[in-house]
Amino acid sequence: MRVPLGWVRDLVSWDLELPALCERLTLGGLEVAGVEQVGAEWDRTKIWVGEVLRVEQHPNADRLVLATVDYGHGVLQVVTGAPNLHVGDHGQKVVLALEGARLIDGHSDTLRYQTLKRGKIRGIESAGMVCSEKELGISNEHEGILILDADAPKGVPFADYYGDTVLDLDLTPNLARCFSMLGVAREVAALTGQRFVEPEYPLQTEGPAIAGQVEIEVADPDLCPRYSAALIRDVHIAPSPGWMQRRLKLAGMRPINNLVDITNYVMLELGQPLHAFDYRRLRPRAAGGVPAIIVRRAKPGERMNTLDGAQHTLSGQELLITDGAGPVGIAGVMGGLESEVTEQTVDVLLEAANFDNISIRHTSAALKLPSEAAQRFGRGVDPELTLVALRRAAELMRTLAGGTVARGFVDLYPGKAPLRHVTFPLAEVPRQLGISLARQEVEGMLTLLGFGCAPTGDGTALEVVVPSYRLDVSIPADLIEEVARLYGYDRLPTTLIAEEMPHLRPEPALEREERARDVLVACGLTEIITYSLNTLESEARLAPGAPLPDGTRYLRVANPLSRETEYLRQTLMASVLEAVARNLRFVERVAVFEIGHIYLRQEGQALPAEPTKICIALTGPREPRSWLAQESANMDYYDLKGIVEALCRHLGVQGASFEPGTHSALHPGRAAHLLVNGQVAGVLGELHPLVRQQFDLPEQAVCLAELDLAMLIAAAQPVARHTPISRMPTAKLDLAVVVDEAVPSDRVEATIRETGGALLVDVVLFDVYRGQQLGAGKKSLAYSLTFQSPDKTLTSEEAVQQRDRIVRALQRAFQAEIRS
Amino acid sequence: MLQELERIETEAKAKLALVTTADALEAWRAEFLGKKGALTAALRSLGKMPPEERPAAGQRANQLRAELEALLAEKEEQLAQEALTAELAAGAIDVRLPGRPQALGTLHITSQTLRRITDIFHGMGFQVYRSGEVEDDVTNFQLLNLPPDHPARDMWSTFYLTDPGLLLRTHTSPGQIHAMRHYYPEPFRVILPGKCYRFEQVTSRHEFMFYQVEGLVVGHNITMADLKGVLLNFAQQMFGPERRLRFRPSYFPFTEPSAEADMDCALCGGKGCHLCKGTGWLEILGCGMVHPQVLRNGGYDPAVYSGFAFGMGPERIAMLKHGIDDIRLFYGADVRFLQQFA
Repeated sequence: MRVPLGWVRDLVSWDLELPALCERLTLGGLEVAGVEQVGAEWDRTKIWVGEVLRVEQHPNADRLVLATVDYGHGVLQVVTGAPNLHVGDHGQKVVLALEGARLIDGHSDTLRYQTLKRGKIRGIESAGMVCSEKELGISNEHEGILILDADAPKGVPFADYYGDTVLDLDLTPNLARCFSMLGVAREVAALTGQRFVEPEYPLQTEGPAIAGQVEIEVADPDLCPRYSAALIRDVHIAPSPGWMQRRLKLAGMRPINNLVDITNYVMLELGQPLHAFDYRRLRPRAAGGVPAIIVRRAKPGERMNTLDGAQHTLSGQELLITDGAGPVGIAGVMGGLESEVTEQTVDVLLEAANFDNISIRHTSAALKLPSEAAQRFGRGVDPELTLVALRRAAELMRTLAGGTVARGFVDLYPGKAPLRHVTFPLAEVPRQLGISLARQEVEGMLTLLGFGCAPTGDGTALEVVVPSYRLDVSIPADLIEEVARLYGYDRLPTTLIAEEMPHLRPEPALEREERARDVLVACGLTEIITYSLNTLESEARLAPGAPLPDGTRYLRVANPLSRETEYLRQTLMASVLEAVARNLRFVERVAVFEIGHIYLRQEGQALPAEPTKICIALTGPREPRSWLAQESANMDYYDLKGIVEALCRHLGVQGASFEPGTHSALHPGRAAHLLVNGQVAGVLGELHPLVRQQFDLPEQAVCLAELDLAMLIAAAQPVARHTPISRMPTAKLDLAVVVDEAVPSDRVEATIRETGGALLVDVVLFDVYRGQQLGAGKKSLAYSLTFQSPDKTLTSEEAVQQRDRIVRALQRAFQAEIRS
Repeated sequence: MLQELERIETEAKAKLALVTTADALEAWRAEFLGKKGALTAALRSLGKMPPEERPAAGQRANQLRAELEALLAEKEEQLAQEALTAELAAGAIDVRLPGRPQALGTLHITSQTLRRITDIFHGMGFQVYRSGEVEDDVTNFQLLNLPPDHPARDMWSTFYLTDPGLLLRTHTSPGQIHAMRHYYPEPFRVILPGKCYRFEQVTSRHEFMFYQVEGLVVGHNITMADLKGVLLNFAQQMFGPERRLRFRPSYFPFTEPSAEADMDCALCGGKGCHLCKGTGWLEILGCGMVHPQVLRNGGYDPAVYSGFAFGMGPERIAMLKHGIDDIRLFYGADVRFLQQFA
């Protein structure tokens, strides 16, 4: 909210410098997001408030006049073509700029500054300039010059008269009370230690009583706790005075005419939205009588034209202001077109009401009408304000628009509630804030903020009366905040928790997940995090030729930012492959992983399952390119498998094995399932060429794995006991066997290990060979076997004996032949 | 005889000085110390000498043999040294050429930041508690004092799911409810890290998906002074022991009093610069005392228990620490960005 400080000064004074005031407000909860010095660019020695002494015709130009202006420190003659200065005029207060003043070029469409020079216009010297609003940067108005109010002080620098400091306050939703100059003034008073004096607004009423001139009914009091109105007759519509226009502009509103400006001015000043009806256009009920106002819910399908020219069809939830014949306004949101104040308006019925904030929020959002009034009502307005605002506005209409104010107000107050009382135990102060304050200190702070305070009988608590404008206070915690705020959060002590530390429990799932990250990073992978939201098409690319997946199986965002982020993903593969493709535009080698959730509907449960998946992707040269490795082979399935094996080993996963498997995204001959104790815990392989195409990936092996973290963790066992290390020498023997192609190599190795027993400490498959000498359908597997005894030196005969046992076992199990 | 020995000595030493190779040294050894060498010949001729001269001549001859053998050993050592030096010189390489590149991996900057945050809070007795990203309106809002149509709901632009009542959590705060119900009735300290989502146009400052780390402490005697202490401790461990925090009133429906914590700007030392937009302060987190109704919703009696909560964005913390000016870099998965945080 924009707050011109000059306006706040009408209600409270303070002697802090501006930076100190801003800090005090910010530390008091009213965050000053910006400070604008209006008029900072008006040179105080060159731009003055002046008075026109006389206006004469320019001898050489019909459309120009010569204005003689007294600016208190001298008298100058200037040439001007302003249409609002006429020959014979005198006494107007204007803005006079002297030679050397820096002003905006009024003829330029873009913002351009120029320095005023003395010069001759059509042969007559012009010693200065009378300025338009545009030249001063106040508005884009350049038709005529700015005519100031008659009481503008001649000889005062214009910056002092017209300039102001405007604070931009960033107000949190609980500060509804501060959406007015009055509200800010109350806070300034409290934060500078002053008792605030509520403003009194005098009102002179002369007209016949309002009673009997209008009939008002609140048919739906649940949405309208209070409806007050005043009647002002015989107003003269005209522009509002300069001071009011100036303040409205500083606060960010556009002046319209005196009546509309007064309603806006009072709203900004007091926080009470007002609405002015053209009284003569309000219709009586069908049965006749005086003009009527009925406050009721809309009927479903009822139509209404708002004064912005839009037509709305109503749902029935909205609260309407109607006259005897139909809607004249959407309560608290916007007035109707038919009853709005116009140039012809003579009599005004002025509404100051209070509406249910939730209803207003609904209506304003549903009809997309975020008016100033709706924003205030939506946050909540003090119901006690209506009559104060009517007094203030009616008197302004009397003095500024020449109106006659009818005696009395209409004031229907079906929702009147007693002031809230809160019993505030003083022990809450140390318990919540960690400080102890004397009762008098707490009382003093709350009193400054307008709360009524009285100690309870035993003195351990305060009986606090909440002022009507503090809609946000209803429990002791609310008062604790007020005490903390006035005491100053910065003055609270800084302590570490004195209470005994709760017992810490192990966090195995978190530790294992972080361990997985470390292992994958150690394998040379870069961790990426991609978006959880994706498209069905993107996931469909993983299954070439298959129809689009059934969208109802997915969780779907009802209000996505774009189609690209509509569905919650059920695999990490698609977004990881997209990331790989993007990276390949810049780098030739990509080795990445992501650990993240997927989102799966669960039968019989509202909330989805969110299992954690590990996705790994590799493509490009195995070794980074360098002068040492000009040509490196590309990474393939075995690079990926090595990483998955390392991950399993370092997580302590027991019982992991790999079996040929299938996945729509993977090459059918280069895909495997990771089995953990017989259960599929993941899939890995090289990408299917068609999938590679779908993701715009180059024609090279792209390796992809997706593993279920929870299944790996479930099978992970911490190292129980260490295995003793033998100091005895080892004996190494090689063994090459030829078996059928169909014999799984891991079975061969398992048999070797089982047969080799405790003496066989290591088995490494170091060669796999297929060739004509072996015959079709055969393969040779060459192993290096390491034998070692824990307690003696093995003889070579013992090692050979062991090997021969292994050979016999392989012959039995796989009809293996020994290759020499 | 003695003259002969004299001559051998002179000649041997002169010739040894000219030896530069192992072969030449062997030839020298053969010439003077070998079986057919000069000294051996001289010794053999001892027998032909008169007996009274033999001892003196024999002594002198043995002396000379020892001396020449010592010189031989010395020369051998010298030649070995020279050979080694020459071999090493021939083995020199260009040490300025680049080393073999190692393809090391990198942990995501968000993971690194989350670990650092977790480590610091572990040190203060906090545990990690995680809950789901898909939430219902009740837990994400209503149990946190945000009934439907509450004006403060505007603070969280929400992605709703097509399933009625479900949404993507807008903050990690619903985890407060889950954590309280999990730990009740024990006092506890947790941090709740995780992904959150907001319906916001993506700009350099706003992402629709981001992480938060919520903190929650519930106990019998937890005060706002404790909140300040814990957060100051965190900020100083994270950003340096000289950092200061400023707490100012703010508003969250689930805490009261609520505060915003600003840290003095490390870039300008609080004098005001482009990073802190001239204020000298950087907003780093929101916090407050747990609202009594929220404690009640979690099962804890607010008359007996009190607590504090805070929430921070690890991306913002990483951005401040590393001078990152565009939050979109975090989840764009560009390895050229991510590999900088090795």
